[in-house]
Amino acid sequence: MPRPGFVLEVDKSTPPILFWRGENFSLEKLPAGRSRVIYAPEPLPAIEDVDGAIRHALLNPIEQNPLPEQLFSGMKLTIAFDDVSLPLPKMERPDIRQRVIEAVLDMAAEAGVDDVHIISALALHRRMTEEELRHCLGDRIYDAFAPRGTLYQHDAEDPDNLTYLGQTPHGEDVEINKRAAESDLLVYVNINLVAMDGGWKSTATGLSSYKSLRHHHNPETMIHSRSFMDQHRSELHKSNWRMGKVLIDSGVKVFQIETTLNTDTFPSPFGFLAKREWEWSPSDRMTYLASTKALKRTPTRLARKIFHSIEAPHQMTSVQAGDVEAVHRITTEHVYKQQLVEVKGQTDILTMGIPYISPYNVNSILNPILVMCMGLGYYFNMYKGMPLVREGGVIIMTHPTQPDFHPVHHPSYIDFFEQVLADTTDPHVMSQKWEKQYAEDEWYKHLYRTTYAYHGVHPFYMWYWGSHALQHCSRIIIVGGDPKTVRRLGFVPASTMDDALEIASDVVGRAPTITHLHSPPLMVADVS
Amino acid sequence: MARRDDAPWKPSNLAKAARLGEWAERITHPIAKRTYRQGFPYLPPTVPWGMDVPHKPAKLGADYDTSWARKAPAKFVRRGIVNGPMRLVIKGITSPKVYGTDRLSDLQRLDDPPPLIFTPNHHSHLDTAVMAITVPEPWRSKLVVAAAADYFFDKRWKAMMASLSLNAIPIDREVTGRKSSEMIKELIDDGWSLMIYPEGGRSPDGWGQDFKGGAAYLSARTGAAVVPVFIDGTGALFGKGMKRPKLGTTKVVFGHPLRALDEENTRRFSARIEAAVSELGDESLTDFWTARQRSARKENTKLTGPEYTGWRRQWALSERREMGTAGLRRRQKRRWPDLGN
Repeated sequence: MPRPGFVLEVDKSTPPILFWRGENFSLEKLPAGRSRVIYAPEPLPAIEDVDGAIRHALLNPIEQNPLPEQLFSGMKLTIAFDDVSLPLPKMERPDIRQRVIEAVLDMAAEAGVDDVHIISALALHRRMTEEELRHCLGDRIYDAFAPRGTLYQHDAEDPDNLTYLGQTPHGEDVEINKRAAESDLLVYVNINLVAMDGGWKSTATGLSSYKSLRHHHNPETMIHSRSFMDQHRSELHKSNWRMGKVLIDSGVKVFQIETTLNTDTFPSPFGFLAKREWEWSPSDRMTYLASTKALKRTPTRLARKIFHSIEAPHQMTSVQAGDVEAVHRITTEHVYKQQLVEVKGQTDILTMGIPYISPYNVNSILNPILVMCMGLGYYFNMYKGMPLVREGGVIIMTHPTQPDFHPVHHPSYIDFFEQVLADTTDPHVMSQKWEKQYAEDEWYKHLYRTTYAYHGVHPFYMWYWGSHALQHCSRIIIVGGDPKTVRRLGFVPASTMDDALEIASDVVGRAPTITHLHSPPLMVADVS
Repeated sequence: MARRDDAPWKPSNLAKAARLGEWAERITHPIAKRTYRQGFPYLPPTVPWGMDVPHKPAKLGADYDTSWARKAPAKFVRRGIVNGPMRLVIKGITSPKVYGTDRLSDLQRLDDPPPLIFTPNHHSHLDTAVMAITVPEPWRSKLVVAAAADYFFDKRWKAMMASLSLNAIPIDREVTGRKSSEMIKELIDDGWSLMIYPEGGRSPDGWGQDFKGGAAYLSARTGAAVVPVFIDGTGALFGKGMKRPKLGTTKVVFGHPLRALDEENTRRFSARIEAAVSELGDESLTDFWTARQRSARKENTKLTGPEYTGWRRQWALSERREMGTAGLRRRQKRRWPDLGN
């Protein structure tokens, strides 16, 4: 029986705690008596008969007719799926999307459906490479559909392949992929890694354009999303749900298939990363020592390559299909069941180790903007109720934060770092002054459409992601970060954890309470 | 270096061998003489006139005892053979590409993966060796191969070679005899997986043959799931009647494990296995989606080929072969979006 997550009160006998530092990790001693560490629940047991569960979900959907009854000869069927940003790290083959889509195709073949398109719902993310598509969908689907041109990736800058469906009562434009909008049935295959994913966000964000996205990817919405992991208190989700209503009213028929995974994040040699430190075996300790020492001497490029080659032994814990909202309610329950940890009260300082990966740098580089997004956008928002850190508190992250950018994946990030951040770090100011220029830049559009580049506006969105944390905290410190780069982000660099606590004492006093988020594996703190 | 004329004489190799022979004869001859003189029991008994010696039961064919080949020393040697020369030669000749092993991943992940029955189609002697290197672990290292008792186990040296290098066990082609099925059940209970050719032998003309019920029967009897496998291309490289193999490429496609359904008899289950292998064949020659659509419409080309005979049958076969390389599976053209210029 997996153990639930728990909060450890640090005392003198507590061993040093693991902190991620990009492509390496360190052990840090936290002050006894006033520190606590939040550990994620252990991975839930997986469904044994995955294919059987998928088939059952498709034959017994929630608030919709069974999938075979909705399929008929001569129909237009579109299958959209989540892109490379999920899950993290990529899961061992076969990916769950492959298994679900194969099951859908089985039923489509039985029903005599010929016109099937498979679309990667990547919104403004970068295109997936052939290798990534093969990993996600499997060789069978790739070889069957890609050569026919019926497996492709959504292009948010292709006016000919977008359909404008109208506005929400709040004046938000809704524009989505034309093929998806005009299909007799849109089957969306999702992976719900965190509570933020799924629901109408899949279609209304994944298959939409900048014209639509700007209505919810802006500082105002982000600040009023408390948090992204709590759909009912998230403006981001409310906006997506309103757009979902426009989709329904426009006659877009969506059959949503959502899956949840357990938090089995690292394969056996790296298993210690998810363990509680006092439970490390001698071999875990040896692995830790050997890997940290080796990684210190390894060129960063090689270290990245090693880490990005890790395939997580994630297993499916649930699959449900049918009506978007009804399905998502159950999915969210499953995510919470795996990830929720009860925490009492807020803290003065929230510490977090930033790992090598985020949804936006798969097979790429976690550049300084993504470091900010990981810390302030994701980890800070891993809460329900209220933030883990009190208003006016301090966040301490550990990461090398080098000014390294992937020139193919993140071209606009480079200019954002050099031009926009040199001017302002205020999300509101940059959205007014700079966003449009980047969003409409023809060169960035060209790179997004024809290479593997994120859209020009994407670094803005990453920055907005951390808007609430920027407003909420009075100081952000990065331990081990390149000082010049950290200062460009508007944060404070520190060499060691002790230095960081010393720097924080200006704001939170000499004996602040400290909470460390021991993640990954992923968890959501239910703060009361 | 030139030999000097005044160098001391050295015997040639021939002279050395002759001297060694003499020496050996000098030692062995008295012993042999003495033994011959002593006769029985040092020599075989002579048979009294008019008496018949009772026939000793043959230990070849289906009765050949292969248990020694599953003991540790033989396993060690076999691992060396399979992972060394066999892998090298088979990869060199057939360059096999393997697909569909992900369909076994659920079983692979179990703490104690169950034994399976692999049922490939059969076109060539290369098939067994191709399977021996492509079956995924953990089944590969505990795989026994059902081999025709009348072909591979008719001579002692052949039986030993087959047992040692392929872990072959003898099985009757036509009917799965009680003894064979008992032995296989024991092996599967012991955790060994089985590879059996349900067609019973290599294809005579390039098309497959009707599946015999052995695999389905063994699955029902042992409870092990059947994994359909389609091997494409070995027939063209070293089919029946060819004297030496040609170099080329082959493809091995593994399917989903199958079990007999409730109230499904052996014949129906066998037909389902045959249909699954046919569909994998279609998948191998076209693609997954086309194969699924054709299967749903019941239009899959049967393994056994069209009903008609003669040149049309061969003609259809050549069309099928062409599909493997020049059909729908073309290299994807890079699709650049139209930027309207």
